[in-house]
Amino acid sequence: MIGTSTLYTLAGILLFGMGLYALIAYPHLLRKILALNVMGVGIFMVLISIAYQGPTQRADPVPHALVITGIVVAVCATGLALTLATRIQALTGSARLETDEEA
Amino acid sequence: MQTSDIDRALQTDDTRLTRPRLFVLALTTALIAALATAALTFPDNVGRLAPLALDSLPRSGVLNPVTAVLLNYRGYDTLLEVAVLLLAIVGVWAIAPTARVWFKTPDTPVLATFVRLLLPLMIVVAGYMLWLGADEPGGAFQGGAVLGGVGVLWVAAAVWLPRRGHPFWLRLLLGAGVAAFVIAAVGLLFLTGGLLQYPPEQAKTVILVIEGAAMFSIGATLAVLFIGGYPRREEEK
Repeated sequence: MIGTSTLYTLAGILLFGMGLYALIAYPHLLRKILALNVMGVGIFMVLISIAYQGPTQRADPVPHALVITGIVVAVCATGLALTLATRIQALTGSARLETDEEA
Repeated sequence: MQTSDIDRALQTDDTRLTRPRLFVLALTTALIAALATAALTFPDNVGRLAPLALDSLPRSGVLNPVTAVLLNYRGYDTLLEVAVLLLAIVGVWAIAPTARVWFKTPDTPVLATFVRLLLPLMIVVAGYMLWLGADEPGGAFQGGAVLGGVGVLWVAAAVWLPRRGHPFWLRLLLGAGVAAFVIAAVGLLFLTGGLLQYPPEQAKTVILVIEGAAMFSIGATLAVLFIGGYPRREEEK
């Protein structure tokens, strides 16, 4: 019998893996940025569920503090990545990384 | 980048499961399986920092353990994190100096009026979340997110748009968080002999002052990131 917090951990790991696959497999930069965000959300879910210490105890505040700073940094990193992608599109005419077939 | 371009690019994107992708899929599936096994066999009684964090709470100046971790125990970490936000802005401005300001005044006056009314209200909400963060869930990041949201609405509804560069007050807001943190860190270094080591009696005041400055910086950072790029006047293009 797996508890709710373990289920959250597993879901977080699944999200991380899905994001990692999309990050590697697809050449479009927007997909890669989205994939990075999905990976980040997976890690946040793992951290949140790890903090759970049972119904009688308070949650561990240290992973929670990591998540709240992580969310804001993730938003800013996404903003920077989107600006980079826009710039790449403006300079090369495409926001897609070259694949082996095209090169 | 126009929205239609993005749509077209994503729709025509080749997402077929080719052989290299199958290989990547196999590898990531194996990784997920390995991580899941590790999660299921995770020992229950791991060494946690939670007892230490919760026991030291009376000396931290606040009652919310997350705020205590962020602003007291790991204050140095949060100082660097606020600096990262400022660096993101510097990076965006350096990369894209000629971003088009593509926001237009909406046809209906309802939105602009609504957003104008919303701003003072949301500043109060953010301040309340900041004050609440000392004892209950809340704090600088939550308040900053609220401010960032209203800033995004302001720009999206074209209530306020930067013409050329950014005004001095906005730059001041962007740097306020790091500035307050560094001033507090250096000041406390001389007062207590430790970097960001608060005297327990004044801890709450110091935390709230730093958090207040950080909140405005976070809100401004989020809104400025939404504009994306260093704005220039139309004729300069």
